[in-house]
Amino acid sequence: MPNLVLVDSGGSNLGSVQAALERLGVDAPVTGDAERIRAASHVLLPGVGAAAVAMARLREQGLVEVIRELRQPVLGVCVGMQILFEHSEESDTPCLGVIPGSVRRLQASPGVRVPHMGWNQLQQRIEHPLAQGLHDAHAYFVHSFAAAVTESTLLSADHGQSFAALVVRGNYHGAQFHPERSANAGARLLENFLGLGG
Amino acid sequence: MLAKRLIPCLDVRDGQVVKGVRFRDHVVMGEILDLALRYRAEGADELVFYDITASPQERSVDRQWVEKVARSIDIPFCVAGGIRSVEQARAVLHAGADKISVNTPALQRPELIDELAREFGSQCVVIGIDSLAAEDGWRVHQFTGDPERSRESGRDTLQWVGEVQQRGAGEIVLNCMNSDGVRQGYDTEQLGAVRERCQVPLVASGGAGAAAHFLSVFRDCDVDAALAASVFHSGSVPIPRLKAELAAAGIPIRPHEPQQTSAIQTH
Repeated sequence: MPNLVLVDSGGSNLGSVQAALERLGVDAPVTGDAERIRAASHVLLPGVGAAAVAMARLREQGLVEVIRELRQPVLGVCVGMQILFEHSEESDTPCLGVIPGSVRRLQASPGVRVPHMGWNQLQQRIEHPLAQGLHDAHAYFVHSFAAAVTESTLLSADHGQSFAALVVRGNYHGAQFHPERSANAGARLLENFLGLGG
Repeated sequence: MLAKRLIPCLDVRDGQVVKGVRFRDHVVMGEILDLALRYRAEGADELVFYDITASPQERSVDRQWVEKVARSIDIPFCVAGGIRSVEQARAVLHAGADKISVNTPALQRPELIDELAREFGSQCVVIGIDSLAAEDGWRVHQFTGDPERSRESGRDTLQWVGEVQQRGAGEIVLNCMNSDGVRQGYDTEQLGAVRERCQVPLVASGGAGAAAHFLSVFRDCDVDAALAASVFHSGSVPIPRLKAELAAAGIPIRPHEPQQTSAIQTH
């Protein structure tokens, strides 16, 4: 049984992510305790709201370095993914920097509305166990900021421009969509994550 | 490509889903959780729960059912009714709602929109607008949840659509009162006019009576989502069939897929 913890990043989706894991039969305690995070087999970093707020919350709890030094699989979700990058344009926020690149505001144009809100189709860029079974699936997105497609991008989606929907760099993974609200595709992502070795 | 969303709207009273005839004589439709799960299984893209008693009675939404829904379904949902402050919004969001929708309280105190967007981000903040045709254009109505108090707010709909976006609304639900409950189709003229002023996602509400009405509102008004209640509740427009018809007509839709139940194997 994986020993997964949810990092208390203050996002209002903590309970929903926890419930999504419970539906898969996985107990996922929420913690801000550095020792428990270091000892976990899998670490999930949820997030709703703003990058600056999430970073401040990690800093308050002394977790910035703890998360940067983890060796087990880590998955950031939505804002939890955005703060894995070096920088977010949202309130000009320095982030954790465990994945190269930065997060920028999505550009609205005729027919392309921001926030990007709803179900969008995923396209596979690179084969990876985390992305298994997700090519062409629809996932639920709600965000105004996104990371560009780079060599870390496993899955992308299009909203006026292509952006990174699922990324990996070493043991750090990030999903811009919400697995807890993405029906079958969301459950699949969480299962794939839990299947990653330590 | 971003799919167009189909959103069943469930009216909640005292912890149960009800159906009203012209806002009165409410008939209990079933338990909140049962209906939420039914719609999730049928392929609804999102749900809206409208607490029809919270607003007129000036009380806030009961957290308990919001928590239950949040734990049980794996699609997004929005809670409307009875949210008049940042604190009330926080309670609903922390109970697990993905978005909150505000209508009359935003008309009474527009700064509420700025406060909510600043605190939770625009992506959580939906503004509901009840709008009725006037001699020149359309007017916003308020207190529409209570037929005794429902009245015009004095605001021009297109102007209000502009203002709520400036204040940070992340989505607008336009309920066209002329067409609401008549099942003759969405008010495409009004929705088209609002679409021109609306850069955030726009949800059409009021008038759905047949599958063709959904096709026309997506094709002619380029709305992002269509909300309906009675046609979904009664089963006269089943969501799986509606999705297949829309997809066949070239509307981008998340295909209906059977629900999977699985559990992680213990090693």
